[in-house]
Amino acid sequence: MAYLELNNITKNFGTGSDMTEVLDDINLHIEEGEFVAIVGFTGSGKTTLVNLINGLETPTSGEVLFKGKPVEGTSHERGVIFQNYSLLPWLTVYQNVEMAVREAFPNESKDFLDKRIKEYIAMVNLSPAISKRPKELSGGMRQRVSVARALAMDPEMIIMDEPLGALDALTRGNLQDEILNIWNKNKRTALLITNDVDEGIYMADRIIPLKPGPKATLGPEFKINIDRPRDKTLLNDNPEYKKTRNAIIEYLMDIGNERSSNSTIQYELPDLQPRDLRWRA
Amino acid sequence: MKDSLLRAFRFLGLGFLEPVVRLAAGEDTQKNVTQIVKKILAPIASMILFLGIWYTGSKSLYNTEANYAIEKTRSERGEAEAEKTRECIESGDLSCQPNTLPSPKQVWNSFQLLLEDHKQISANKEAFVVKTSALNMKRLEQGKDPIVYTGRPSFVDQIKTSIKTVFAGFLLAFLFATPIGIIIGLSETLRNSFNWLIQILKPVSPVVWLLLVFMIVKTLTKDSTGDTSYIISFISVGLCSMWATLVNTAVGVSSVDKDYINVAKVLKLGTFQKIFKVILPAALPLIFTGLRITLSVAWMVLIAIELLAQSPGLGSFVWEEFQNGANDSNSKIIVAMFIIGFIGFLLDQIMLTIQKLISFDKGSDV
Repeated sequence: MAYLELNNITKNFGTGSDMTEVLDDINLHIEEGEFVAIVGFTGSGKTTLVNLINGLETPTSGEVLFKGKPVEGTSHERGVIFQNYSLLPWLTVYQNVEMAVREAFPNESKDFLDKRIKEYIAMVNLSPAISKRPKELSGGMRQRVSVARALAMDPEMIIMDEPLGALDALTRGNLQDEILNIWNKNKRTALLITNDVDEGIYMADRIIPLKPGPKATLGPEFKINIDRPRDKTLLNDNPEYKKTRNAIIEYLMDIGNERSSNSTIQYELPDLQPRDLRWRA
Repeated sequence: MKDSLLRAFRFLGLGFLEPVVRLAAGEDTQKNVTQIVKKILAPIASMILFLGIWYTGSKSLYNTEANYAIEKTRSERGEAEAEKTRECIESGDLSCQPNTLPSPKQVWNSFQLLLEDHKQISANKEAFVVKTSALNMKRLEQGKDPIVYTGRPSFVDQIKTSIKTVFAGFLLAFLFATPIGIIIGLSETLRNSFNWLIQILKPVSPVVWLLLVFMIVKTLTKDSTGDTSYIISFISVGLCSMWATLVNTAVGVSSVDKDYINVAKVLKLGTFQKIFKVILPAALPLIFTGLRITLSVAWMVLIAIELLAQSPGLGSFVWEEFQNGANDSNSKIIVAMFIIGFIGFLLDQIMLTIQKLISFDKGSDV
């Protein structure tokens, strides 16, 4: 039995003729300590998939099993890093992390909480900005707060929903390394949702493409057989990297083309001829 | 020094003084002079223009009224009497001044007269307290009520009463509307069930609220002999003005960003924590906008309600002056008008300052 299991998941929104079938026939097994990336086009239902796993939504049919038990609602065991940071703007960096830590460790002493909050803020290199509000921070700093908040709760599994999507390439690279470091330290299970194939290959053990919706479903998995720690500068010359990257991109291109050629709507064009007005002039 | 001064000014809503401070500190002369012209001289010029229009307007109305009075006397009582009337008007004698829109100068004089009157009444009051203190001691020993000053209230006393009434009404609206708004905002069922009632009651006129409150308070206070007009007026003010807060709070609470709710869910905050740590802070800007509207509506309806309820305050001052019809009544009404406007403006500024203090959204001016 896998650590996290998704069995025959479908997810629909709305009813009757307004119904949109977002996810269909999703099967996913993640082992403990594994780092899995799901790659997909924007709008393919990635966030819905994440929300099913973290418990914000329930599947229309099928089951989500976490450590063998069905997921019912959110849990501190699964930490979430949201796409849009989702920090509370009226709280400082410290208070944002504090809120999470307090909930995760309700019985611990004040000193313990304080130490833990400061430790995790230091881990994402934000100690100088500890008493700033999210508005005063850059996008990368905000996402680091979000990372600190999720990790400070000591979750067994980290779920990341396009955490670096809105960041510039340099900040992105730095944060990728930071997340990998943290993951490596405690060997937590991690699920990364991304639209960047390179990011997936650099970070994950396995990459699974999500075929775009409606009725999005998971494609065949690609194993990344590159030893860790991976060196970003050398990665470009690694034949394994090139091979995997090309295979994934080719697959994504194919389903992209399939999607555009697969449109079933036939437009019936009116059979009209322009009226000839010449003889009147 | 300069920066703290600037911050203080900005905080107090006196941001327009910024270029003066910067100029005094010797910064960028040309830029600051332009800023002074734009931010200080232009508003002053518009005030002068306003006074000019008022002055000419009142002058022409005055002449029309004066000519009419002279003509009327002439047609009714002959040339000699008409001449007398003209002389009387031109001499500036108070007894025959035409009753019309007063000029700025008259209003200013009335303002000073009212201040003078206030000093006089305060002096009387003090003298009265001194005079009766010994007697009051004795009465207290005998278990009787002390003798209190029951003379006419001065203009300043009326202002104080009005402000007290508006704050009582505002407090009532705040204590009543915010919790209900929060509860309604949290539950869609409650929101739907109260929606019609709120929509129907919201546009009801202050006058009707007053009558309704009167009906209820009259019955409830049947046994007491005290003056209920104050209670009636502040409850009416509260009832009229609370709708903005109620609706804004409900909307604010029900439309909290879904991301924040998701955070609360993922962190597994309890209901209490979720409401006080996530929903209320997120709804605070809207709640405060509602409270600001409530305060300004409260101040606006207060005048009308005092006028109708015969409770002391600026409203009844205006009404009494109008009924009084003395020569300077009109200018006193205009004085009251400006005082009302000015206090309304101050109240709004106070609310804005508080809002800036507690809102997380510090960058934006609402």
